[in-house]
Order: sequence, then structure tokens, then C-alpha cells
Amino acid sequence: MAGRWYEPRGLPRHALDSGHWLLVAFAGLLLIWSVAQTAVSGVNDIHAALAFGALIAFGELLRLNLPGDREAAPIATAGAMAYALLLRIGNDPVRPGPAQVIAVTAVAMIVGALPHLAVGRPARLAAMSARLVAVACVAATFRPLANAGLIGGRWWSELPVMLGLIIVAWFLESVVSALIRTDALRTRFGVALSDEMRVQFAIAAATGASALLITFAAEVMGLAAVAVFAAPLLVTQVALRRYAGIRATYLQTVRALARVTEIGGYVETGHSARVSRLAVAIGRELGMPEAALLELEYAALMHDIGQLSLRDPVPGGATVLVAPEEQRRIAEYGAEVIQQARVLDSVADIVRRQSDPCRPADRSQPPPLSSRIIRAANAYDDLVGSSTDASRAAEAVARLRLGTASEYDPGVVDALSNLVMPAA
Amino acid sequence: MDKLSRIAWLYVGAVLAAAVVVLAKGPFTGLNWSQIGVLGLLLVACESSATLLNARGLAWSANTMASLAAVVLCGPVGAALVSCGTLLGVRRGPSAVQRLFNTAMYVLSAYLAGWTFLAFGGHAGTPGPSSFPGLIGPFAAAAVVHVAVNFMLLDGVFWLTREPGGAAARVGLDFKLWLTDLGYGAFGVLIAALWSVLGPFTPVLVLIPVFVARWAVAQFAAQQRAYEATVSALCQAVETKDFYTRGHSERVSRGAVLIASEIGMRPERVGAIRYAGMLHDVGKLGVPTSVLQKRSSLTDDEYAAVQLHPMRGLDMVREIGFLDEALAGIMHHHERIDGRGYPMGLAGDEIREFARVLAVADAFDAMTSDRSYRGARPVPEAVAELRKWAGKQFDPAFVDAFVAAIERDGWTAPEPAPAEEPLRTIESL
Repeated sequence: MAGRWYEPRGLPRHALDSGHWLLVAFAGLLLIWSVAQTAVSGVNDIHAALAFGALIAFGELLRLNLPGDREAAPIATAGAMAYALLLRIGNDPVRPGPAQVIAVTAVAMIVGALPHLAVGRPARLAAMSARLVAVACVAATFRPLANAGLIGGRWWSELPVMLGLIIVAWFLESVVSALIRTDALRTRFGVALSDEMRVQFAIAAATGASALLITFAAEVMGLAAVAVFAAPLLVTQVALRRYAGIRATYLQTVRALARVTEIGGYVETGHSARVSRLAVAIGRELGMPEAALLELEYAALMHDIGQLSLRDPVPGGATVLVAPEEQRRIAEYGAEVIQQARVLDSVADIVRRQSDPCRPADRSQPPPLSSRIIRAANAYDDLVGSSTDASRAAEAVARLRLGTASEYDPGVVDALSNLVMPAA
Repeated sequence: MDKLSRIAWLYVGAVLAAAVVVLAKGPFTGLNWSQIGVLGLLLVACESSATLLNARGLAWSANTMASLAAVVLCGPVGAALVSCGTLLGVRRGPSAVQRLFNTAMYVLSAYLAGWTFLAFGGHAGTPGPSSFPGLIGPFAAAAVVHVAVNFMLLDGVFWLTREPGGAAARVGLDFKLWLTDLGYGAFGVLIAALWSVLGPFTPVLVLIPVFVARWAVAQFAAQQRAYEATVSALCQAVETKDFYTRGHSERVSRGAVLIASEIGMRPERVGAIRYAGMLHDVGKLGVPTSVLQKRSSLTDDEYAAVQLHPMRGLDMVREIGFLDEALAGIMHHHERIDGRGYPMGLAGDEIREFARVLAVADAFDAMTSDRSYRGARPVPEAVAELRKWAGKQFDPAFVDAFVAAIERDGWTAPEPAPAEEPLRTIESL
């Protein structure tokens, strides 16, 4: 299995990152403060607290893994936001303090996480903390205003404030998650933030709208609204879970089938996996967004599939030693194979142009960045293989540098050299 | 609905006429026109986001949600007027006749649902906190009538336009769609309930989670299709090694699915066996091409190399998470019921069900397609051969299931292989 990040030799993986622990510590303090505060001042409207707490715990129990190693708990978030924004149940005004909202949310999240812990699935403290901080931000702003009676009595005066707060909270949560990812994966912050917001946008919209629906429906339908308006989120979640599942299977299958070239004796064992790991690391170093990284990973895994068309394997599978004309034919054939799937056309394009020089002699369009990355990563792996010898890595990088005039992209080779020779 | 028979025209005409009568009759007093306008817009939005259900252009949309909200808020005539929004749906596909028919259908369903709501004691108008839970009963009755009328009118069209002779093809709509429609219909009462607090902003807020849910379902479906296409493309790439087996995995996969459906396997298992069929021979990659394409009989060493292919296949796909049962199928598809197969020599029930299914489909396709050492045999001869070896090489139950399935649905044997085209080689080394 390829790891999430490239592990440069001799350098320990980014150790436990400070930002991560700062966030968790802050959430822990919030929990302690809010519970203490609520214990002192007493619980306002215990029924509402229990109903919303149950919804949040249920949502946390059904937390969801999204593509790109992310976690979301749409039902829990919607429930917590709705509780933070709640004004009336039936005709009676409800006025929980900000501390109570945070305490109910935090305790319910912990309750919902317990069954996961019981079956040995660890809780992701950072993701849970980010969710709690977002809710705390809404509660701390809205509750004092609402409890003082400063939020008007009609929907057109209440809704804009609520909507604004939900958007701010979503943005805050994205920033926090992006910061954690930047720290852990060596991505750039801007790229991480836009990835985060793109992936979460639809779910955040549904979650926010559901929170508002629950808040307003409680006025007409009482606490029954809490359950009813979680239903569409449940449908969304089931579909997204299956989506994430099939996406994971997809990647596993491509990884497994990419090894056909190894088993057939066309390339060295582990070649496609190593090239794809290195290529993705280079892409990340160069600030490529997540969607492009996924395509790069697919293309890198399948970059040698064209060799299946050869009757006799290239010795050692090292395409770097084969004449350029043949390399291009192998690439072309591989692209044909991938194109048959009809859904991976851009991946096919990357594979097709993987052996084109970075500065074509006829001044035609240079190949896409992903192709240039695969070309360099493939050449590096053909030269170094599974060896961990530092001098061999240095030699290979030196040889690639010689080719930066026309063959290899200098920026790509720089990134590669940073990754494989971190000390230098 | 491209070419309609005379009787179908009469039917469509009658439905249209009934809708026009309903709309013209009124009465139009006491209607809240701005509310009807907003709900009409909601209906247009639902209609515009219809999802296609089958190749004949049958689409499904969440219109029920809007028209049932109108039943509660505006009464029967208002609901009928709101349903006219179907005509304005922005989507490609339906012809003018289809659009008119759909609109008339929704007008009639909404109108009848509206009267049902009143007949069961509901009051048209914006409900307040005191309306619940008294409103639920009449609303449920209205929802059932709405969905029933809608589906009956639609089934009428399908019945009148069904292809002659295609008796086996299902013309009706399935029960699941009924339930889905009722589920979306339930949102109608939520929209109506929220109207007193959120006013015309209600539909916007309700639509967001509903649309995101549908987006998520569509994403899943798209990813699933992409996955299948990719697996099949990669399997074809593997087959280029062995010229004679082109399309073999695809056909074995199809045969295995036929058997699995025939014996009533659960859908997830049918899905798994489809992939197992596609991947059952990936291990052949490890067998030298010269052996695979050999025209004469194999030496002992060569035969041993061929016998290794199920194990090699297993090695390759082991890491694919979903394939638990499929792995056993790939590993053991050359076992025989009498225990004389390879690689393990398992017998009878020791062999997992998937492997026994694959063995039948694999052998049948091998017999009905060309091989380097012999030509293809005709289907009846291959069936006789399957029957002859049932109980020795194959599981008789699966042979029976397969034969029953191909006798009913037919089997497309591969085209005879054209003159051999050589594999590409590298000369420049």
C-alpha cells in the first residue's frame, strides 16, 4: 500500500505537529470551561438539551470518511448549529447560554464517539475539535444577542444573521482543517484551503440548510422537527459513504492491476507503486490541487501498461534505456488502453505524453505538468530502483539534472531532488 | 412515446381534456396567487432536475413534493394550477406531447389529491402549531392518492405503447419508485408547515438538502460506472497478451452473472461475481505468451506453468478490499466437483460457490470460442458437453441454471477470430 506521503530517506516524517495539538488543547479547554459554567448556572430547558444532544450523538456515531482522508459528521453539525441558533420551540422562547450549547455539543460528540472507540476505531481528535470550534464560534456570537432579545421576531430579520454565521463557521472550520493538512502533508496552505472548501461545499450547504430548517421548524412542529429534518442528510450520507467506498476500491483496483506489468515480468517489482508515490509527492511539492493529484496518481500507476503490447519484456523494464521512438509507442498504446475506459481521458492524455521531452524540439505545446512529473519520477526509479543507497540517489539526480536542458522539467527535478536528498 | 397508436392518442387526448376541464372550472376565488407563483417555481426547479431512469427517456423528478405542498397550502384548484409548472421545466428530452401529457398528469393527480385532503377533514391554508398532528392523516391520504393517480396514468401510457411481442419486458414501474415518490411527497407537508415561519423562503431552504442528497446519489452512480469501465478496460489490456482470449473475461463475467441471477443471489454478490468473472484470468499474465499461444499440446513443464495462473491471479488482486468472495472464485475456478481439478484438488462443497459458478461460465466460453489448437464449437454442442460433465467437472445445479438462462435470454458467442495479427515487438534494442 502506498503511503499518504512520500517518506524521504533519513528524514523522519513530520513529527507530531504542533498546530494539531494546539487545536485539540483549545477544544479541551472549551469542553472543561463550558461544562463547569453550565454546572454552575444550571441547565436551561432540559428537554431541548436532551433532544439536540441525542441528535448530535447520533450524527457523530454516523460520522463519515470523505475522499482525501477527511472526516465529516453532517447530522451532528446540523444538530449543533440548529441548537446554537434555536429561538423558540412552539410559542415559547428558548434561551440556552453559549456555554450550555458548547457543553451539550461536546458531551454528545464524545458519547457518539464512544461506540467507535469500543470497536477499536480511534477518534480523530483534530477533526472533532475543528467541528466543536466552529459550533462554539456560532454559539458565542449568536446566543448572547438572541438571549438579550436583539434578534428580531420575523424570518427576514433572523435568517440573514443566521446564514451569515453559518457561512463564517464553515469558513473557519475549513481554515482550521486546511492548516492541519498543510502541517501534516507538506501542501501549500492556499491549495489546501481551496481543496478543503471544494470537497466540503455541497455537504456544508446541505448541513447549513438543514440546521436552519430544524431551527425554524421547531417553532411549528416542536422537537419532532429535530428528527424529521435530519432525513435528507441521512440519504446524503448513505450515498456519500458508498461513494467513498467505491472510490477507495477504485484506487486499490488500479494499484492491483497496475502490477500486471510486474507479474508479467515487464517491469521490476514495486516499480509502479514507487513511481506513483514519488510522482504524487512531487506534485504536492509543486502545489497541485487534490483532483489533479488523484489523476496524477492513476496515470503514474498505469504509466507502463503500454508495455503489455510487447511480446518480449524490456530488460528490467527500464524504459529509460529504450529508444525514444519505442518509448513513445509504449506510451501511446498505454493511453489507448486507458482511453477505452472512457472516463479517464485526462489520465490517458497524461500517459500519452509521458515520454515527450519537456521542451519539444519543434517548439510544439509542451506536455502537461503531470506528464513531466511522471517522466522524471520514472527515469529516477529506473536508475535507482528499490535501492536505498544515498550515493546512487545523488548520481541519479545528477543524471536527471544533465537532461534539464530539454528532456526534464527543471522545476520537477528540483522538487524531486528536495524529496530524495533532503539533507543536501 | 415516439409513434403513438390511435388508441394511445385517444388516451393522451382524454387525459389532456380532463386536465383542461379541471383548470377551466375553477373556482378561482380566494386563491393566494403569489403563493401559487412561488410553489410553481419550486415545481419548475424539481422538474428541471429530473433524473433519467431508462433509455426510453423515462425520467423521475421530485414534483410530488411541490404539488403536495400546494395541496395543503392552496387547496385542489391551487394545486392544479401549481402543477402547470411541469410544462415549463427546463430539460432536454421530452417532446411537446410528452410535456403536455406529463403536465396534465400532474394537474389531475394534484387536483384529486386536493379533494382527498379536504374529504379526510383537512383545511386548505397555511397551517399553524395547532394544525399538528391533526393534519397528518388527511395529508397521508392525499399523498397516496397523488402517487397512485400519477402512476396509474403513466402505466396506462406504457401499456398502450408497449412493443408488440415484447411480453417479457416489464412495462410497469416498480414499487421502489412508489416509495421514493411518497418519501419526497412527505416533504410537501414540511414545506407547508414551515410556511408560517419562513414564508416564500421555505422552498429554497428545503430544496438545498434534497438536491444535495440527489447530487450525492448521482456521484455514487457515476463513480460506480467509472469503476466498472476502468476494470473492464484493464482486463482487455491483459487479454491482448493472449490473442485467442479476447473478450473472454467479459463473456465469463456475463455468464457468471446469468447463473448468479438465475439462482437468486443477492445483488451485492452478483456485483462481486461480475468482477470475479472479469478478473478470473489475470494470473495468465505470468504465463509466457509462447505457452498461451501454442498450437500443439503442452509439455509437463508448460502445463505446470499454466496451472499456476489462478494462484498468480489471487496474488495480484488480493489487495482489492471488496473482493472477499471473489478472491476464492478466482483462486479456485479450475477446481472440479470430483476433486481432480487444480490448484488445490478440492471437491464438492469444499469449493466455494463463486468458484463453481465461474467454472461453468469459463468452460462454456472456452468451448464456444476459437482457441489456438481448435475452432469454436456451436452452442448446442457445448451445452451437451456441460451436461455430460455435470457432477464430474461442474456443479449440476449451476449447469442447469446456466442452461435455463441461455435458453431464455440467448447467448452471443464471439465472432470467429480473423487472421492472426502479431503482437508488437521491439526491434530497436
